[in-house]
Amino acid sequence: MRRLAAAAALGMVLLAGAAYAAGEEELPPFLKTNWSFGGTFAADAFGTYDRASAQRGFQVWNEVCSSCHSMKLMSYRNLAGIGLTAGQIRAIAASKTVPGDLNDQGEPTTRPGLPSDHFASPYPNEKASRAANNGAYPPDHSLIVNARVNGANYIYSLLQGYVEPPPGVKVPDGLYYNKWFVGHQIHMPAPLQDNSVTYADGTKATLAQESHDVATFLYFASNPHMDERKHLGVRIVGFFALMAGLTYAVKKHVWSDVHKATHDEER
Amino acid sequence: MAGLHKSDFQNPVLNWVDTRLPILTLMTKEYGSFPTPKNFNYFWNFGALAVVNLMVMIASGIFLSMNYNASTAGAFDSVERIMRDVNYGWLLRYVHMNGASMFFIIIYIHIFRGMYYGSYKAPRELLWMSGVTLFLLLMATAFMGYVLPWGQMSYWGATVITNLFSAIPGVGNWIVTLLWGGFSVDNPTLNRFFSLHYLLPFVITGVVFLHVVALHITGSNNPLGIDPKSEQDTLPFHPYYTAKDSVGMAVYFLVFATIVFFIPNLFGEADNYIPANPLQTPNAIVPEWYFLPFYAILRSVPDKLFGVICMFGSILVWFVLPWLDTSPVRSARFRPMYRWSLRLMVLSMLALGVVGAHHPIEPYVSIGRLATIYYFLHFLVLVPLFGFIERPLPLPESISKPVLRRNFPGGGGPLPTGAAAKPMEKI
Repeated sequence: MRRLAAAAALGMVLLAGAAYAAGEEELPPFLKTNWSFGGTFAADAFGTYDRASAQRGFQVWNEVCSSCHSMKLMSYRNLAGIGLTAGQIRAIAASKTVPGDLNDQGEPTTRPGLPSDHFASPYPNEKASRAANNGAYPPDHSLIVNARVNGANYIYSLLQGYVEPPPGVKVPDGLYYNKWFVGHQIHMPAPLQDNSVTYADGTKATLAQESHDVATFLYFASNPHMDERKHLGVRIVGFFALMAGLTYAVKKHVWSDVHKATHDEER
Repeated sequence: MAGLHKSDFQNPVLNWVDTRLPILTLMTKEYGSFPTPKNFNYFWNFGALAVVNLMVMIASGIFLSMNYNASTAGAFDSVERIMRDVNYGWLLRYVHMNGASMFFIIIYIHIFRGMYYGSYKAPRELLWMSGVTLFLLLMATAFMGYVLPWGQMSYWGATVITNLFSAIPGVGNWIVTLLWGGFSVDNPTLNRFFSLHYLLPFVITGVVFLHVVALHITGSNNPLGIDPKSEQDTLPFHPYYTAKDSVGMAVYFLVFATIVFFIPNLFGEADNYIPANPLQTPNAIVPEWYFLPFYAILRSVPDKLFGVICMFGSILVWFVLPWLDTSPVRSARFRPMYRWSLRLMVLSMLALGVVGAHHPIEPYVSIGRLATIYYFLHFLVLVPLFGFIERPLPLPESISKPVLRRNFPGGGGPLPTGAAAKPMEKI
């Protein structure tokens, strides 16, 4: 009777687990690529951003994505985190136009950006953005990796997911078929093709390479302190591992008279 | 002098203080020489861990609140400002965010420990009930804390959970309006949740104090569930259990740090990195993992009011557990039927946790209903019944006996004096 109940309960949990594994989304598995910052145990624990890739990713983002997508939480000074120099950052910021103070007549002005400015947005507000994009609102990119499940792989796949729709599937005007988008119909036309950008470092700008680089940059934008976090983490986890060993040794020592007493009497 | 405490402390300054405010004597008595059963296993670490976790949460929370902006327009961005621009803000925030999950892991183990070893039974009923109160306060605090970042899950979770109160007949809608401070989850809701989220941890601290006082009146239970009979059954709290708690604490910080530094978003929902949008419902509204079993119970019941009653009842039933349990034996080690039923109850809770994370479709609905039924069957039917039909295994004579009996039937000499009751070294 008890065994029966136990078996029933175990079956219940296994069934729930199996159903979980089956999943509720019908999306195909994401494309595979190697990230410098995660995906394997070593990369998760010690991996830092591949700065060359993140810089190329910024180039892609700056030249392509930023024409529709904002990144409001990032400042130009944050680009130091992917290895850009102060001079490069000043130049990038100065090439942007950002809202300035009101002038003496009380009218809004604009001025060239400074490293301390947040990234300039392509549209002044959501309505303007929708008006320019066929009613769709290109999401802000500041946290896009963290805001999607398995974000880096999702973006890497999505950017390469523009394929011919399967026979029988009709895609309405203004929408595009994407293998990795929920519902498969996305407002964004394929943003990247081979050679959408020309990399300064001579890397061949294939679609896969561009997708990899921009996903790396977007991961950085979502988690700008990751390098510092892991670096500190290795030392702190090491410290507590040492503490665990030490406290265990102390505990053994303190308790030795109790255990010895028990042992003596058993003998 | 009348009314002054006679202090044993030799140091003149400490003696002067202790004579007027015998806090040193109190600490020595309660945490130094306090006689503690000598057979604790590592399950007995979790009370101390919960206190440490509470202190971590209060400390990190105070610094977070210095940079937090409790308004619907500014909350999300202020949290991101903490993550990006405040010095070590990402550390504070990840500690606080994962500290909540650590808190529930610790508390669930702590509660299981109490149930397995019968720590709720006489004379520890009030100790147990103060603990259940603490659990409810913890849930309320965690829920309101989750609303503060004002992401999609914050907003929609708050909407779903506060709406539960509308099921109460007659006054339901009035209560919901009161909670919201308006007619939807909005700025007033966020403001009052922030205020209460800052208040409740101090209420918790107060109840923890009562919980510890009650513990030190009845003394701790132990894995055998029998009372210590003589000095050889106990050890002074210091250095034996201070040493043992230190091990648990180091392991706790090791696990905590691993999560904070390497998998900080492990327990989080991706959707909460999207700012709250009242016009767009997320694909699935999922509460934090620690609420999932109770959320699943709610959804397993087809009727809204009865579902709410079952959800709250599933925790409130713990309050009367000392009286539902009719067996005089505390520890499940000696209770073959109870031990099995408790394990199945835990399995039901785990299954409910999985069910709560999914859309209410088959097979989750059926699994959820079965598990809900077993959960209540355990507490309301089986536990009262076992006292009458279960045949407990023979209890050991004393805590020091079961170890000794192996070689010396009936034997058991005194422990060396050094081990039995070493008073804490006086400073």
